[in-house]
Amino acid sequence: MADTAKPKGGGTAKSSGGRRQNRKNDSPDLADESPKDLLDHYRRMLLVRRFEERTGQAYTQARIGGYCHLNLGEEATVIGLTSVLDERDYLFTNYREHGYAIAKGMSPRGVMAELYGRTTGVSRGWGGSMHMFDTETRLLGGYGIVGGQLPLATGAALAVTYRGGDEVVMCQMGDGTTNIGAWHESLNIASLWNLPIVYVVVNNFTGMGTTVEMASAEPDLYKRGSAFRIEGHRVDGRDVLAVRDAASGLVERARSEQRPFLLEAYSYRMKGHSVVDPAKYRTKEQAEEARDKANDPVAIFEERLLNAGVLTEDTKKEISDAVREEVADAADFAENSPHPDVSTLFDYTYATPVANESKRMPSEPVFAE
Amino acid sequence: MGSKLTLGRAINTGLRQAMEADPKVLVMGEDVGKLGGVFRVTDGLQKDFGADRVIDTPLAESGIVGTAIGLALRGYRPVCEIQFDGFFFPAANQTFSQLAKIRRRSAGVLSVPVVIRIPYGGGIGAVEHHSESPEAYFTHTAGLRVVTAATPEDAYWAIQQAVASDDPVIFLEPKRRYYEKAEVDTDATLSAAPPLDAARVARPGSDATIVAYGPMVKTALQAAEADTERDIEVIDLRSLAPIDYDTVADSVRRTGRLVVVHEAPLTNGVGGEISARVTEECFYHLEAPVMRVCGFDTPYPQSRLEEYYLPDLDRILDGIDRAFAY
Ligand SMILES: Cc1ncc(C[n+]2csc(CCOP(=O)(O)OP(=O)(O)O)c2C)c(N)n1
Repeated sequence: MADTAKPKGGGTAKSSGGRRQNRKNDSPDLADESPKDLLDHYRRMLLVRRFEERTGQAYTQARIGGYCHLNLGEEATVIGLTSVLDERDYLFTNYREHGYAIAKGMSPRGVMAELYGRTTGVSRGWGGSMHMFDTETRLLGGYGIVGGQLPLATGAALAVTYRGGDEVVMCQMGDGTTNIGAWHESLNIASLWNLPIVYVVVNNFTGMGTTVEMASAEPDLYKRGSAFRIEGHRVDGRDVLAVRDAASGLVERARSEQRPFLLEAYSYRMKGHSVVDPAKYRTKEQAEEARDKANDPVAIFEERLLNAGVLTEDTKKEISDAVREEVADAADFAENSPHPDVSTLFDYTYATPVANESKRMPSEPVFAE
Repeated sequence: MGSKLTLGRAINTGLRQAMEADPKVLVMGEDVGKLGGVFRVTDGLQKDFGADRVIDTPLAESGIVGTAIGLALRGYRPVCEIQFDGFFFPAANQTFSQLAKIRRRSAGVLSVPVVIRIPYGGGIGAVEHHSESPEAYFTHTAGLRVVTAATPEDAYWAIQQAVASDDPVIFLEPKRRYYEKAEVDTDATLSAAPPLDAARVARPGSDATIVAYGPMVKTALQAAEADTERDIEVIDLRSLAPIDYDTVADSVRRTGRLVVVHEAPLTNGVGGEISARVTEECFYHLEAPVMRVCGFDTPYPQSRLEEYYLPDLDRILDGIDRAFAY
């Protein structure tokens, strides 16, 4: 296991939030890795990539309602982080969570059906793109309100200490989220009460159109835990192995030392904030950076594996075909699943049914007896 | 000279007027500057007025409204943008505990002329946080003025009046009507516009009255048109706090029947208050109980079911039927 007190993947990044840095050469040596695990990471990253591309397409074709935020460009973070969580560990995320849902163990079918708002979705179509929940795989929510997940994840970590378990809570968020009140309140509580939680800031350099430098007085986000005596680290979020090692060290330390940690992983948001955002606020240079192959976590990892001979053109095609099929199957499943019936409009609002005076539908008789 | 403006553009133009008229007027919010806001309502303002007057803030609603209050205490007139209805709540503490109460607390010495602009309501295929109608939370708090605009013309004047008001104003923008176009006489003077808190008879009629506001005014007008048997009057309430009861009561005394329509959930909504008040003031003129056609008492539903959740033509006509069947 890596010594994550000094994360290998770029703990020394400059204050630009890591922008325009080249990938560090101190990523774990592939020779020390199991080829099977490497290929599995690759396959899972590719699954997130293709799943999100398909999601974007379905959204554009109006198969998916609401707003829809993709993990494109953040696949290494998604897979690196979730690969170190045990089944018993909890994950809370923001609304950019489709990849996390799949990576934590939900079926692509269930996630896609949720995006389509169908009854076969992980939240029976009532959560949608931003609100995936699954108690079995312990993803306790995507959250559509920025910062919404922070105090809740902190409370779940408090529950772990009360119940005497050894689970860890991981709480994912974006860079912009570190400026909302819930951030400060949550980190203070977590440190004060020694809670086993790892806060992960996915720094894609922008919150909608606002850059980190425009919004954060301390743009080195991993340092922002220091006000609460929370140890913070930064890792190159384009490098899945570096993310994995950094996260695994912090998760295990949170478990054994019973205290919170902070990890910042930087990588690019390849597209707009949500599918409908053309990202016109980006300068030409910023747009090129975000599209650059050299910043694309999937392309980076693929090239490394090919160069090391872990991946061959044949296996690459095999994996690619299998992933495409899995995604197509998920989309077919969603497409052919039923919409919730109008009669369920009032369901799930209360644990015990209450009289709902508002229920009247126009088809009902003018005055019911 | 008039020009055709969308409702969004009308607010943009009104804000521009307000900023030109008074250098103390500031615009602040998440991505309101360079991006021009999620719905582009502040588009171009930063370019023309500078980043000191059109401020891109960090993602911090409590900080936005709180600092706006501080600015207002020192003579500025900040206009805050909240991106969507559901994102207002982090700022609730500043709004309800400070903004609404500072005038009274200081025995009228301090004014806090802050405007909080909130795109609100459903009908755009979004989900909770992006489609809600939170007006009753505001109208239940004395000290806040709460207004909506249903037409580009109204939006153009109301935003300028809101900025000029010495009271805090919650300015609710019907997001699904942002792209509706109409003629706006931008050369008329502000003082000639109807007062911010006056209701408007949007369609005269004699058999029954519909009171609606914001996004529902258009739907109510369509329902009135669709009813070929009865002559329906439609009132656009415009101001939800205070409410222009004179205009409403005058209409109900003539028609004897009232249907109140809003997207917000039925229970404890603005419609309930209007119903109570009209019953008190017009009891002997009423031919039927006041009917309410509203959103249901559930969280805002997923997009496929929103068409059932939102009052539409059928449900409004059903409300009128009930008023006549009594
Ligand atoms: C309280 C609140 N305010 C505003 C929004 C609108 N909004 C959604 S995402 C977002 C930007 C968040 O940026 P960041 O935390 O960096 O995450 P990213 O989207 O880049 O992953 C904003 C302003 C919201 N959802 N909730």
